[in-house]
Amino acid sequence: MSAETTPATADDVSLYDVDNPAPVIEAPRKRTKKTPKSTRTNFELYGWLFMRLSGIVLVVLVLGHLLIQLVLDGGVTKIGFAFVAGRWASPFWQAWDLIMLWLAMLHGANGLRTVINDYAERANTRFWLKMLLYTATVFTVLLGTLVIFTFDPNIR
Amino acid sequence: MSAGTLYRGREGMWSWVAHRVTGVLIFFFLFVHVLDTALVRVSPEAYDDVVATYKTPVVNVMEYGLVAAILFHALNGLRVIAVDFWSKGPRYQKQMLWTVVGVWVVLMAGAFYPVLSHTLHTLFGS
Ligand code: HEM
Ligand code: HEM
Repeated sequence: MSAETTPATADDVSLYDVDNPAPVIEAPRKRTKKTPKSTRTNFELYGWLFMRLSGIVLVVLVLGHLLIQLVLDGGVTKIGFAFVAGRWASPFWQAWDLIMLWLAMLHGANGLRTVINDYAERANTRFWLKMLLYTATVFTVLLGTLVIFTFDPNIR
Repeated sequence: MSAGTLYRGREGMWSWVAHRVTGVLIFFFLFVHVLDTALVRVSPEAYDDVVATYKTPVVNVMEYGLVAAILFHALNGLRVIAVDFWSKGPRYQKQMLWTVVGVWVVLMAGAFYPVLSHTLHTLFGS
């Protein structure tokens, strides 16, 4: 570089002035027109929050469920069609099971989505594993919901 | 401390691995569990038949394993939440992990007889 194109050479004087402005450096990860729309939501933040809020509720629902099914009143030995009929005669336990079904499935599915994103490296593998996960999740949630709402104690 | 570069995560890493493994296990169980419960819509006999397998010794022991997985995931999950939301959480994360392990051991000891009594009776007589 010659002296003519470099306006200032002294240590404490700026290299740049009005006629020779410094190049603009964009802030890292700045949103531009080229940024895809999908990164502009807070989906991952809400997912993170959901894992924690649903986890707190699931402690009560799932541990309570296990206590009832495996510990109280004879443990597993008491379980059978008649036992289920007795429990789902009460809207309270229907609601308990319904909320537990939805929260546990969504919490588990979102957790598994993270696990797939971590380990499946090829884009194609990721995509299909997640499709399989979402299909299984929707199917399970719908089936479980249907079973609770259409349960018939006099099926025979 | 000189072991620095050999281990990266120590307890925190292993608790994370265990949290992940138990979470995945519980999810797979739940999938099967909703399918078996759906048999109440088929017939009382179909449901009672599949529930009979839950009462065999081998599956009964697996139920104790499921309890172990859920208790760890639940207790450690509460610890993760405390680390994230409680201002002193990160400082006490290690103490909280040992608390989790301690409470887990106590609850597992307490659950041993209630969960497995059926198997103990069938195997060793009443
Ligand atoms: C081996 C341990 C378990 C046994 C013996 C058991 C037993 C049962 C029984 C008898 C029912 C029928 C309804 C009722 O009585 O409430 C049921 C429903 C249900 N259980 Fe469990 N359970 C176990 C573990 C779990 C776990 C760990 C979860 C959650 C992660 C869970 C989630 C559910 C859900 C969501 C329903 C409702 C199913 C539906 O909507 O069709 N259970 N369970
Ligand atoms: C019993 C109460 C529960 C609590 C307190 C709880 C808590 C948590 C928390 C806080 C996380 C996030 C961890 C992180 O971001 O590092 C998490 C992850 C996870 N949970 Fe749960 N959870 C519970 C029940 C369940 C159930 C019933 C299932 C299965 C249906 C499940 C499956 C998972 C999975 C697969 C992950 C992802 C693990 C990972 O990314 O490493 N959890 N849990």
